[in-house]
Amino acid sequence: MKTTNRAVRTPGGLSVRLDVRAVTVVLLLIVATLVASVVLIGTGDFPIPTADVLRTLVGEGNPGQEFIVTELRLPRVLVGLLAGASLGLGGALFQAISRNPLGSPDVLGLGQGATAGALVVIVLSSGSANQVAAGALVGGLVTGLAIYVLAWKRGVHGYRLVLVGIGVSAIVTAVNGYLLTKSDIVDAARAVVWMTGSLDGRDWDQVWPLFALTAVLVPLVLVNARGLRMMEMGDDVSYALGVRVERVRLLLMVAAVLLTASATAAAGPVSFVALTAPQLARRLTRSPGPNLLPSLCMGAALLVVADWVSQRAFGAEQLPVGVVTGVLGGVYLVWLLVSERRAGRI
Amino acid sequence: MSTWVEKSTSGLNNQGSTVNRLSAENVTLAYDQRVIAEQLSVEIPDNSFTVIVGPNACGKSTLLRALSRMLKPSEGRVLLDGQVIQSMPAKKVARTLGLLPQSSIAPDGITVADLVGRGRYPHQGILRQWSAEDERVVQESMRQTGVAELGDRYVDELSGGQRQRVWIAMALAQQTPLLLLDEPTTFLDIQHQIDVLDLCAELHEEQGRTLVAVLHDLNHAARYATHLIALREGRVVAEGPPKDIVTAGLVEEVFGLRCQVVEDPETGTPLVVPAARRARARAAVGKVAATEAS
Repeated sequence: MKTTNRAVRTPGGLSVRLDVRAVTVVLLLIVATLVASVVLIGTGDFPIPTADVLRTLVGEGNPGQEFIVTELRLPRVLVGLLAGASLGLGGALFQAISRNPLGSPDVLGLGQGATAGALVVIVLSSGSANQVAAGALVGGLVTGLAIYVLAWKRGVHGYRLVLVGIGVSAIVTAVNGYLLTKSDIVDAARAVVWMTGSLDGRDWDQVWPLFALTAVLVPLVLVNARGLRMMEMGDDVSYALGVRVERVRLLLMVAAVLLTASATAAAGPVSFVALTAPQLARRLTRSPGPNLLPSLCMGAALLVVADWVSQRAFGAEQLPVGVVTGVLGGVYLVWLLVSERRAGRI
Repeated sequence: MSTWVEKSTSGLNNQGSTVNRLSAENVTLAYDQRVIAEQLSVEIPDNSFTVIVGPNACGKSTLLRALSRMLKPSEGRVLLDGQVIQSMPAKKVARTLGLLPQSSIAPDGITVADLVGRGRYPHQGILRQWSAEDERVVQESMRQTGVAELGDRYVDELSGGQRQRVWIAMALAQQTPLLLLDEPTTFLDIQHQIDVLDLCAELHEEQGRTLVAVLHDLNHAARYATHLIALREGRVVAEGPPKDIVTAGLVEEVFGLRCQVVEDPETGTPLVVPAARRARARAAVGKVAATEAS
């Protein structure tokens, strides 16, 4: 499976080059995600057969099922899909920019930053869910900005970005601990659930902002993907090829921070999806390059499947989805560290 | 030349004039506060194989970075086809001037054909990602550099010499009339060094490309260059055809090395033979004695 590129050309002079294997992976992941989503909608205290779920989704279900599906479960699944996709894409962008699989938002402390923003709102003002989400968004953006400013010195370099990110992450974690100790028991319980990352009780209010943001950011990112692909070869080579390296990098980093922060604001800091999705996608496509679309699909698939596992395996006492992704991702991180060590890269 | 109109948009039509396509005018080059060169002016003669030589830290790679717009001069300007290079669209520059930097990273799991194909980037756009012309140029570039048979191989599997050929193929696929190479022979053993230099000479002679290379080895420079620029401490000490300028005096001035310059028995170009250790030690003692006496 070495050369799977196929060129498609039209008489008008348009041409694209498709990696057959990557396209196949994307299609299979989309199918898997959709199947998992339908199954997930049918799962819960009132199980709904798959056929009924599909009938309800096209608007032909009975009123009872209609309420459960469209008002309760569909928004939850959509938040999961969008948040997973954003995390997968955000992670792929960060890893490509830092040229390091460890350069993902989880390690860089963006999740912790968003958590700090959310905690400030929960602990200091006992704000509403939307205010908490806004706090998380601001916290993530500020952290992203801080990392960029601290790591910036004639261009952001992979290792510096990762090391600065780890430092920032440690500081913010300490702040979070402090905020928790200052909170009363009710706020603390709420904060802890939020911090684990949960899709419980998500409704359409969370879907729309997330949808709007991804609808803008995903095309913007994909348009700049070719420049990012060149940047894999180092700044000098990509610069020589006519990529405006600093501009592309700044634009994509801002997009990645926005994607990660908004996903975190909607679903809590669901751990490790941003780290694992791009790596898993890469292993499936076996193609060089940032693998943006496969990572996006993989993120969505991972989060929806993890949510299903957390509901399924632990029954009525739902386990927040972040626990499942944390366990799976943690195992993966250990494996990654060991194999990178062996390859002499860290 | 100083009357050149900077705003000229007819940049590409100047080839016929006496002005060279690439030049640096009174540039000051610095990293942060560290000044490498001041008021440096250099002309790259069209259709030449120019080699820049000089001792370590003389600013030769820095000059090449400035000529390829990787480093913005803090004063002065670099002109490409009569325009200030920084003010030109990035892709337009990339279609005129190619650079093979010292440090380049082959992405994990990339094949030779894929890597060479990336050299087509400045000719592509979002709607024109892989034309038949791209395909043809990539094949052609791989053929010229002798890596056509390696197309499906992974770059990380190749030997150092093969890998350097692949990177040169990538730069060729960019199809630029000017090609800049930053120490293309570093880390290669002697037969691969000659191999790469022969390839450069071929590109220069057979395709009429203007080549600019930074080389460490003065003898390689003297043998292959048609135009030599000798730098010391950010200043041009001498420039011209190697036959005219490479003398024992110049080598001593630029590198601080006593030597003889003889005729290369193969090519008739100057060949630098460093003086034996004893002769150099004697000279050093003589120098110390002379300073003490004064």
